[in-house]
Amino acid sequence: MFKHIMVPIDLAHIDVLEPALDVVADMAKHYDAKITYVGVTSNTPNSVARTPNEYEQKLDAFAQKRHGVHGQPVTAKVYGSTDPVANLDDILVNAIDEIGADLIIMATHLPKKLDAVMPAHGGKIATHTDASVFLVRPH
Amino acid sequence: MEKNTQRPDDDKPSSEGIPAPEGASNLIDTDYVIGQDNITASPMGIDVDLHGKVFLFSSIVILLFVILTLALQDQMEPIFNSMFSFLTTNLGWFFILGANVFVVLAIVLIFTPMGKVRIGGADAKPDFGYAGWFSMLFAAGMGIGLMFYGVSEPLGHYGTAMGGISMGENGIRTDWAPLGAAAGDQAGAIDLSMAATIFHWGFHPWGAYAIVGLSLAIFAFNKGLPLTMRSIFYPILGERIWGWPGHCIDILAVFATLFGLTTSLGIGATQAAGGLDYLFGIPSGDTTLVLLILGITLVALGSILLGVDKGVQRLSQLNMVLAALLLLFVIIVGPTLMIATGVVDNLIGYVTHLSALSMPFGREDANFSQGWTAFYWAWWIAWSPFVGMFIARVSRGRTVREFLISVLLVPTLASVVWMTAFGTTAIDQVVNSGITEVQDAALELQLFTMLEHLPLTAITSFVGITLVIVFFITSSDSGSLVIDSITAGGKVDAPKPQRIFWALIEGALAIALLLGGGLAALQTAALTTGLPFTLVLLVGCYAIVKGLMSEPRAK
Repeated sequence: MFKHIMVPIDLAHIDVLEPALDVVADMAKHYDAKITYVGVTSNTPNSVARTPNEYEQKLDAFAQKRHGVHGQPVTAKVYGSTDPVANLDDILVNAIDEIGADLIIMATHLPKKLDAVMPAHGGKIATHTDASVFLVRPH
Repeated sequence: MEKNTQRPDDDKPSSEGIPAPEGASNLIDTDYVIGQDNITASPMGIDVDLHGKVFLFSSIVILLFVILTLALQDQMEPIFNSMFSFLTTNLGWFFILGANVFVVLAIVLIFTPMGKVRIGGADAKPDFGYAGWFSMLFAAGMGIGLMFYGVSEPLGHYGTAMGGISMGENGIRTDWAPLGAAAGDQAGAIDLSMAATIFHWGFHPWGAYAIVGLSLAIFAFNKGLPLTMRSIFYPILGERIWGWPGHCIDILAVFATLFGLTTSLGIGATQAAGGLDYLFGIPSGDTTLVLLILGITLVALGSILLGVDKGVQRLSQLNMVLAALLLLFVIIVGPTLMIATGVVDNLIGYVTHLSALSMPFGREDANFSQGWTAFYWAWWIAWSPFVGMFIARVSRGRTVREFLISVLLVPTLASVVWMTAFGTTAIDQVVNSGITEVQDAALELQLFTMLEHLPLTAITSFVGITLVIVFFITSSDSGSLVIDSITAGGKVDAPKPQRIFWALIEGALAIALLLGGGLAALQTAALTTGLPFTLVLLVGCYAIVKGLMSEPRAK
C-alpha cells in the first residue's frame, strides 16, 4: 500500500523520536517501502552542525544506522533555511511532493493549549498534503 | 543538497565519501558546541532554549535601567545626557575617524581579490532574490529615518548655511552650519546642505553596517561560529569568547538593540500620532499612542511568527514599493528638472565636500561636526549590531564584492536620490515659492507639511503615515529576531515563543516608558553604546581581513 515513507528528523532531539522510529521500521518492513529521512536545518551554525553540509553528513550517517536496524532502502535529504522554525511546515510539505512520498510518519507531542496559537507541525502538514500522515505520540 | 545513499542496483548503503555541496570554506577548529551553555526547559508547556548567562544578565540590566529611569527620571535624564554629550564633544573625533576606517575598508575590499570570497562557502546559493534581499537590507538599515529627515535635515542645514558663521565672545563658533557655511549664497547653501545631509545618510552609516554584517556573516557561515556578536572577536580572544568577555559583548548588543528599538518605537509612535492628529484630526492622547504601539507590536508579532521569508521579507518589500511610489510621486509633481539635475549636482557636491566633512581633527564647525555628525555616527554604530546581524543572516550565498556593493553603494545612491527629491522639493518651496510653513513646522511634521503643498495631499499623506508605521514594524520584527538569536547563544532555531517574548517586551517597555516618561533618556543611554561598539567594529575590521585571508575564493 505504501511505497515511500518520509520521516522528518530533528537531529537535535533524536531521543524523542524513538517511538516514531520504531513505527517507521515496522511499517517499512511490512509494506517493503523505502524510507527518506528528511532534515531541516538552519543555514547558520547550530547545535548539531556548523554547516548544512555537515548536517547532511550526520543525517546520512543516521540513515545508515537505521538501515542497519530495519534493512529497508534509505535516503537522506536535507533542506537548509534562513528561518527553519518558521519555515518547517512549508519545507516539509514541499519535500513530500519533491520526493514523492505516500506516507509521512513523524513524532509529535501531546496536545497542549499552545497549539491553538502555534499548531503542531504534524497536524499542520496533514492539512496540506494528499499523502497519509501518521503522528506518533510519546509513550 | 540531496545525497542518495542507496546504490541503484541493490539496497545496501553506499560508503562513498560525501561531496561538499557548499564548496570549500575554512571552518575554525573549536570544541565549542553551539547551545552548550543554553538552558532548555518547558515551563507551562512552553519550550525555551536560552543562553543562561546572556539572557539572565541582559534581562537584569534592562529591567534595572527601566526601573531606575521610571523611578528617578529627573535624576537619570541629566546623567545620560551629560554622558552622551561628553562622548560627542570629547570623542567626536573618534567616531568620525572610526567611521572613515569602516568606509575605506569596505570600499577597498570591493576591489581586492578577497571580494571574490563567497559567504557560506564557494558554492553556496543565495537564500533570497535581489529584490527581497535588498528590501530587507534597506528597511532594517534606515527606513524610518528617511521619512523624518528627508525633508527636515536638508532644510535645517540650508537655513544654518545661509545664516553664515557667527562667533561667540570666546571666539568659538555658535552657529550650526556645516564647514565654512555659505552666508547669503543660495546656490552654495543648497549645495552644502545637500552634501551634508547625504554625508550623514551615505557611505558612513552603511560602512558601519557593512563591517558588522560582513564580519558576522564570514564568521558564522564560513567559519562555523554562532551568529552572535562575540564571534567576530575570535581572531583576537580565541576560545575566551565563550566566557565572560563574549557574554559582555553579547549583553551590550542586546542592550543597544532592545533600547534602540523600544525608544524608537515610543518616540516614533508619538511622531506618527502627531502626524495623524495633523492630517486627520485624530487626538494624539495616550490612548492613541498605546493603540499605535499595540498595533505595531501585533503586526510585528504576526510577521515574526511567519518568519524571515514570509513575514519580514514581504513586509520589507511592501515597504519598498510604497516608498518607491512616494518617491516617484514627489519627483513627478515636485520640481522634476531641479531634482534630476540635483541628483548629479548633489553627488558631485557630496564627493567634493566628503573629505572636509569627514575630517576628524581641526574642525572649526564644532556644533555641526559634534552635534550632527558625531551624533549620527554614534546612532548608526549603536544600531549596527542589530542591522549588521540581521543583514548577515540574510546574506548567505553572496560574494563579498556583491555584499559590499549592495550594502554600501546601492543604499548610498538610494539615499542620494531620496534626499535630493525630498530636500530639493522642500527647499524649492521655501526658496522659489515663498512657502515658509515647511520650515516653521515641527521636525516630525515637515514631511507632511511639504506634501500638503503638493497635489493629492490626502493620498500621499496617508501613504506617508502608512510608511512610517510599516517601517517601524519592519524594524521591530527583525530586531526581535536578532535579540532572540543573541540571547539563545547564536541559535536561529530556538523555539518560537522566545521571539514572541521579545516582541512583546519591546511593546510593553515602549508603553511603560511612554506613559511613565524617560523615553528620550533611555534613547540617549542606548546611543552611548556607540562608543564601545566603535571599538567592536574596529575589531570587526581586523577580523574581516584576517577571516577573508584564509578563505578560498570563488572562481
